[in-house]
Amino acid sequence: MDAILLQILNGLDKGSAYALIALGLTLIFGTLGVVNFAHGALFMVGAFCAVSLQKLLNLSFEVIDPTKKDFLGNPLKVKSPYVESWFGPETGAAIIDWSVPLAIIFAIPIMLLIGFAMERGLIKHFYKRAHADQILVTFGLAIVMQEIIKHYYGANPIQTPAPEMFKGSLDFGVLIGFDPNLIIYPYWRLVYFLFAVFIIGGVFAFLQFTTFGMVVRAGMADRETVGLLGIDIDRRFTLMFGLAGVVAGLAGVMYGPILAPNYHMGMDFLVLSFVVVVVGGMGSLPGAVAAGFLLGILQSFASMNEVKAIFPGIDQIIIYLIAIVVLLTRPRGLMGRKGVMEE
Amino acid sequence: MLGLNKKDTRFLLIVIALTLLTPILLQPFPEGSALAQFNAGYPDLMQRFAIFGIFAIGFNILFGLTGYLSFGHAAFLGIGSYATVWMYKLLNFNVLPGLVLAVICSGLFAVVIGYISLRRSGIYFSILTLAFAEMSYRLAYSVLTPLTNGETGLQVYSIDPQILLREGGHTATHIFGLEMALSWQPEVFGRLYTFNVGYYFCGIIAIAAFYLSMRIFRSPFGLMLRAIKTNQTRLNYTGLNARPYTLAAFVISGMYAGLAGGLLAAMDPLAGAERMVWTESGAVVLMTILGGAGTLLGPVLGAGFIKYFENIFSKINEGILHDWFSGLPEGLANALIWFFDHFVGAGWHLTLGLLFMAVVIFLPGGLVEGGQKILGLFRRRNTETSDDDGKKPGKSSQAAE
Repeated sequence: MDAILLQILNGLDKGSAYALIALGLTLIFGTLGVVNFAHGALFMVGAFCAVSLQKLLNLSFEVIDPTKKDFLGNPLKVKSPYVESWFGPETGAAIIDWSVPLAIIFAIPIMLLIGFAMERGLIKHFYKRAHADQILVTFGLAIVMQEIIKHYYGANPIQTPAPEMFKGSLDFGVLIGFDPNLIIYPYWRLVYFLFAVFIIGGVFAFLQFTTFGMVVRAGMADRETVGLLGIDIDRRFTLMFGLAGVVAGLAGVMYGPILAPNYHMGMDFLVLSFVVVVVGGMGSLPGAVAAGFLLGILQSFASMNEVKAIFPGIDQIIIYLIAIVVLLTRPRGLMGRKGVMEE
Repeated sequence: MLGLNKKDTRFLLIVIALTLLTPILLQPFPEGSALAQFNAGYPDLMQRFAIFGIFAIGFNILFGLTGYLSFGHAAFLGIGSYATVWMYKLLNFNVLPGLVLAVICSGLFAVVIGYISLRRSGIYFSILTLAFAEMSYRLAYSVLTPLTNGETGLQVYSIDPQILLREGGHTATHIFGLEMALSWQPEVFGRLYTFNVGYYFCGIIAIAAFYLSMRIFRSPFGLMLRAIKTNQTRLNYTGLNARPYTLAAFVISGMYAGLAGGLLAAMDPLAGAERMVWTESGAVVLMTILGGAGTLLGPVLGAGFIKYFENIFSKINEGILHDWFSGLPEGLANALIWFFDHFVGAGWHLTLGLLFMAVVIFLPGGLVEGGQKILGLFRRRNTETSDDDGKKPGKSSQAAE
């Protein structure tokens, strides 16, 4: 029982990332009808927003501290970040410590801008072209974004630690009456899961309860009619693209402490997220979210030693296996609408 | 000749001549001159031209003719390589059994993967093939380690059985005693030409592969594949089942990929799972699109183009850039070096990505279409005056078919 619970918890953080990326992919596909292979790159760029902010906050000037000497007897040069001199040492240190959560504020405008630029500059011209062309051009774009990041940040993963407060683990088992040390769950993963739930809830609320969201949903159902009613649906869809970019970016920002960002993390997540979208049902937002969590949890179950003993290597391929079975038996996906992309 | 009409025969002869003369054509600059770094006439690179040419020709039979975009063809490349190396391990270093097994194995895998994937079309087909390729890649790295030797990559060890290897036999890849690494290097007019057995072996196979694809393009079967690309629904309404045709195309292109993988292992007796990563599948899509999907010559051009510039661009480093711009004022030179530094050396992939986007956006027909457009302009201007451009226009209009 405790092992099962532990695997469910372990699957949640990965599942959250899949769900967030898949949500953005589905938003783009549902509104604009575009298959965006560059979405993983947006996730990666988000993670590097956190890296950049961390670097910016750590920008330092050197002061010579006459009271301390280094081992050669020269006065020791002490690096002190600008932030600390502006806000005082304690507030400054706290700001640096909290750089990952702070990067959310930093990432939102950047991701919005990138999203708008992508849609207006490139994707707009591909609405009428074949899905294959869309895949190809966004695949090219993904390579470009990934290589630019690689050029400036190098090929090695860069650590982005979580704030001191969230280091360490929560003994989850004790809370629900198990023995201590049976179900241990890192705080940051819990934060990530709650954050993902918050974002997903936010997106759904936005679509469900605002006039803007209503128009967008109407546009997803029947774009032409909405256009005939005199509503500029294109502009709203551009905004949705920006929003999808922000969702992917924020998923990346917060994922930094779980997996040190490197330039190809986007590609790694992209393939899986596409599989998630397909399993959930192309164009279905709840489907994408549900499938994201489901596959994340199944993946962590498959990596249990007991399961691996029966089916060796199953942890590596379970997601693809499920996708193949789903595509062949229920092509519209778990929650896909009838008739949408069922070919 | 050989079941081709006159135009096609001429086209095939030109391709054969170009393939055979490649070691000379790609070595235009004298050794030691500043431009020598743009030479491409060394065996390793030329072999890659031929091998990836075969890979792209095969991919084109599927994507160019039927329009099914597979994102998992690298899996067949990997399977071909593994099969060939296994033949070295079991028999001896003769490449022929390995290549045969590579084609058979990849063909079998293609039947299975194709049978399942082709039940869907469009983006679902792409994702299914992608899923299969990722599965093969992951399995090759993990559970199948006894077969694939995991991260180390499969290679021949001295403890392997090699039952056909006689005492003092060849310890490098060969075809009936002729070693692949063998080269004849005459120096003519200060240029060092390398005629390499491995290259000619790949080249001749590539010509055969090209001839086969030409026959497929011109056959009723090829016509049927094109009909599928144009409008599959309408084809179904006429009472035809398209799936056997697409499956046949998928298997043929899978076998081409397996052959290419086998040849990779024939040039260098190694096989690794990294050949199956999905970005490698993306690379062959890239070559085909860049050259011109659905054209005969396009994929070969695309493969050669990408492999050539990969080689050249990765070689250029900051030092060479400094040399180039040394005549300019310092500020300007530094700015240019800073700018170009993004695109050369390790930044080659950036150039590739940009190039790829540019081709998809502006030139969906690839290099072949671009060449035709330029020639079209040229020809229109020349219609009033004398118009005899020799073989070139004929060649590319043929290629565009």
